[in-house]
Amino acid sequence: MNSQAPQVSEQQTPAVGQPYTRNQEACHDLSIRVRDLNLWYGKTQALSGLNIDLFQKNVTALIGPSGCGKSTFLRCLNRMNDLIPSVHTEGLVEMDGRDVNAVKMDEVALRRRVGMVFQKPNPFPKSIYENVAYAPRMHDLVSRKADQDELVEKALRDAGLWEEAKDKLQEPGTSLSGGQQQRLCIARAIAVQPDVILMDEPTSALDPISTATIEDLMDRLKQKFTIITVTHNMQQAARVADYTAFFHLGEIIEYNDTKVMFSTPAKKKTEDYISGRYG
Amino acid sequence: MQTNQLFLIFCSVLLLLGLAAFFVGRSKATRVRAAGTAMYAQPDQYAWFAVVATAGPAILVSALGAFVMLLLGTEIPTFSLLLVSLVVAVVGFALGMTMIRSNFHARRAIERVIRWVLAGAATISILTTLGILISIVGEALNFFQMHSFWDFITGTTWAPGNSFLMAAGRGDGASGGAEFGSIPLFAGTFMITAIAMAVAVPVGLLSAIYMGEYAPDRIRSIAKPMLEVLAGIPTVVYGFFAAITVAPFIVQVTDAIGLDASFNNALAPGIVMGIMIIPFISSLSDDVINAVPDSMRQGSLALGMTKGETIRDVVVPAALPGIISASLLGMSRALGETMIVVMAAGMRPNLTVNPLEEMTTVTVRIVAAMTGDLEFESAETLSAFALGLVLFVVTLSLNLVSVIMIRRFREKYRVNNL
Amino acid sequence: MSDSFDQISQQLKSRHRKSSRLKYFSMGALALAAAFLLVFFADMLIKGLPAFQQAMINVEINYTEDAAKSGRAAVDRDFSSVISRSVVRTIPLEMRNDPSLLGTTQQRWVLASGEVDQYLKGNRVRLDDEEKEIIDHLVESGKVEMQFNAGFFSRGDSKMPELAGIMSAVVGTVMTMIVTLAIAFPIGVMTAIYLEEFAPDNRLTQLIEININNLAAIPSILFGLLGLAIFINFFGVPRSTPLVGGMTLALMTLPVIIISTRTALRSVPESIRHAAFGVGCSRWQVVKDHVLPLAMPGIMTGSIIGLAQAMGETAPLIIVGMVAFIPDVTASFTDAATVMPAQVFTWSGEPDRAFVEKTAGGILVLLAVLISLNASAVLLRKKFERRW
Repeated sequence: MNSQAPQVSEQQTPAVGQPYTRNQEACHDLSIRVRDLNLWYGKTQALSGLNIDLFQKNVTALIGPSGCGKSTFLRCLNRMNDLIPSVHTEGLVEMDGRDVNAVKMDEVALRRRVGMVFQKPNPFPKSIYENVAYAPRMHDLVSRKADQDELVEKALRDAGLWEEAKDKLQEPGTSLSGGQQQRLCIARAIAVQPDVILMDEPTSALDPISTATIEDLMDRLKQKFTIITVTHNMQQAARVADYTAFFHLGEIIEYNDTKVMFSTPAKKKTEDYISGRYG
Repeated sequence: MQTNQLFLIFCSVLLLLGLAAFFVGRSKATRVRAAGTAMYAQPDQYAWFAVVATAGPAILVSALGAFVMLLLGTEIPTFSLLLVSLVVAVVGFALGMTMIRSNFHARRAIERVIRWVLAGAATISILTTLGILISIVGEALNFFQMHSFWDFITGTTWAPGNSFLMAAGRGDGASGGAEFGSIPLFAGTFMITAIAMAVAVPVGLLSAIYMGEYAPDRIRSIAKPMLEVLAGIPTVVYGFFAAITVAPFIVQVTDAIGLDASFNNALAPGIVMGIMIIPFISSLSDDVINAVPDSMRQGSLALGMTKGETIRDVVVPAALPGIISASLLGMSRALGETMIVVMAAGMRPNLTVNPLEEMTTVTVRIVAAMTGDLEFESAETLSAFALGLVLFVVTLSLNLVSVIMIRRFREKYRVNNL
Repeated sequence: MSDSFDQISQQLKSRHRKSSRLKYFSMGALALAAAFLLVFFADMLIKGLPAFQQAMINVEINYTEDAAKSGRAAVDRDFSSVISRSVVRTIPLEMRNDPSLLGTTQQRWVLASGEVDQYLKGNRVRLDDEEKEIIDHLVESGKVEMQFNAGFFSRGDSKMPELAGIMSAVVGTVMTMIVTLAIAFPIGVMTAIYLEEFAPDNRLTQLIEININNLAAIPSILFGLLGLAIFINFFGVPRSTPLVGGMTLALMTLPVIIISTRTALRSVPESIRHAAFGVGCSRWQVVKDHVLPLAMPGIMTGSIIGLAQAMGETAPLIIVGMVAFIPDVTASFTDAATVMPAQVFTWSGEPDRAFVEKTAGGILVLLAVLISLNASAVLLRKKFERRW
């Protein structure tokens, strides 16, 4: 990883709207900027005053005890929370200089650029080939059959599934094993060529071997994509993430370079969590 | 003495015997218990056992006797049959009493009887199917002895008009002018069914999609009961509506655009039948659409698909087995629907593809054959059973395919409430 | 690496249009179903409501010697053509039953003829101008009135539209439904209990299950053929009677009751059975004392729905001959009878236009009963619905 990992501006008094962000000398380009993000489920506040900068072509892990809002936050980034009628959001989520929550922002266009992989693999009831080819075709990313074949192969290779799936592309996606299905879902997400891939506990439903495969995959994929992953598994965060944010009760307690955070956590709560006192 | 009176006496004697068995049995059991012997069951259970021992065999014997009488046509005098049954009851009573001992499991015996009675009730449904099959196949075979099966299946003229002459022995020669070619009837049936499905499948499926994917709860809570009302309207009412309102309306409209339509056109019953089937298709489709896991919708939306694309390309294909199964059920209902076509479609067999012309259906001809003043053994009456047989086979296969498809769907998504 | 938001939004435009098209189409489909229901009910109300009104004429009846021979002599010549034939026909009978009437005169409201009734309701009739004039005159002098048609509910069928009522059909329906329920309810519940609580999971049980699902979808007319061939021809049950009709409908209702009872039994949680077994109940005791009472609301709901379905059924009853012309109320389960839907069917085939409103009126009564039955089933389910 890089030696110039930006320091947390924890000790300085942060400017309004700027706590827990990295200083401007960061070598990484900004991908998503979040300021004063609040979210309510009906009358219950689930996220309060989140401020965080997420960087391009890195793996950022969101950790914290269950119910701390990490998945809810993840779903703010591609507006999946819109699907729940009682959810109400305030604050700024900025990507590519645009407010993601703005009325003018088309959430479909947003999701096109911010892909997502879910906790449980959810392949479509189509063939393996179609699972991958469907979205690019709809998005007009490919026009000719040959291009499409090529794209499917590339996505499956990137997801590390090609060798296992190349002989049964026409079989249904559900015929694969759980770990393969999850990699198919990753292939499906990267075939659209998004900027960011959100992963919501992508390995929690998988066995250890499949988990290891997916972790390797994340390490490779970050060369092309910004990956933000939620995990309840701290070892996983330590293994794969460049940066880690620790969530607790809807707030970001600490956000730092993963190595720094796991070796010298700045906050007592983080330390308690990392050392397994609760969670 | 009248059979009715005999029967009444038999019942009352049996009732008295049963009551006696109950009280004698209970008191005996109570006595044994009072003597300090531990018993396997409660006195009441011994009492019930005594009742079962008394009445059970007697009822069985009389029922069996009556059935044998019907089946073989032999006359067993009712009086002697009932007398024998009563004797059996008395014997059962005596036997039951001797069984009331401390080491006898009365409860277990009763449970065994209950189990058999319940199992017996369960076989009624099988007997019903068998009954339908036997009655229809039997009479249909009679029919095929008079007219060739091949002509029935391939003939294009349905003209049973002269068959009653033949039945009366006054037909002139072999053919007698009566023809039973069922193709025009099936053509009419399929035409009307096709029109019905053309109305019901799109409207039912789209309604289900709207209710499952778009509708706010308030509209859902109105729309569901509304569709249930639609499903609860009797077919005879639909038939009246088709004949008295829809058919004249269609004639008016076609007149206005210069086409010629019969008042018994196939379009009116077809459309109304389609409306009748909408709730079948929409409610079952609604169930399967709701059963499609939400993760699938989210997976599609997260790829940047619009809601419409998600429904069209992910939700509907996932729910497809259920939707097809619903449509097959609807189709089988349309094929067998009777009142709407009896009231609104024509009587005249007509082989045509023009839905504005009069045509008739299988069920119409079955009703026509059954309501005329015909001898039961006449070819026309029996032809109804031949038509019924084909109807039975077709609807049965549609139902079976539909059941299999819905089972597949259920296994795929592990839904148990479908 | 990928396009900007603006570029993507631009590409998305037509896809969004297509997407909202699906929404409006599906909304339209539901609206179409709703519109049909509205048109249907409006049509039935417009056609059927007049059936609850009947034209009555105030006439003077002279119980003379002549009237004892021919009722026509009892009323004024002008009136004899506009009042119902049934009125004049009964006058001699009245006089025979009560000889003291002779020589008296009564002013009475009597039924107008069907034609007059239709004329006053604004329908096309076969009256000539002279008769129309008489009626118009009578209306002006207040001697003709539209009154509530109580006879529609209290009389049986008749070939004269002004006399036709639904009473015999209602009684026939009630009797048929008694037979249907008496057979289908116990057998249905017992079958369901056997399948849910007792049956081993073997081939036979599976066969019964598949068979029940199939029975539920077999065309109703085939049940009629079964009733005709087995009940009437083989067992010799008398034709056209509530007994044979009820038996036939019972077989049709059976699957509905079985399926809903099974659902109700299944919704009783296993823990309750385990608890009852735990205190030493036998299997039957568990079912009788614990499972059945909890499942009862569900069973009742299903039975009511099954009953409503059977009540609207016509086709199998036609086959077993229950479309007879029944002017008098049926007294026994083995006498010829008719039922509401069959009455509707018979009337719809009458050539006399006055029967159209009778048909629609009968339909309104039938629908009112069916909808209240279904509504009560829904209420029952709501009231006793339990979340485990």
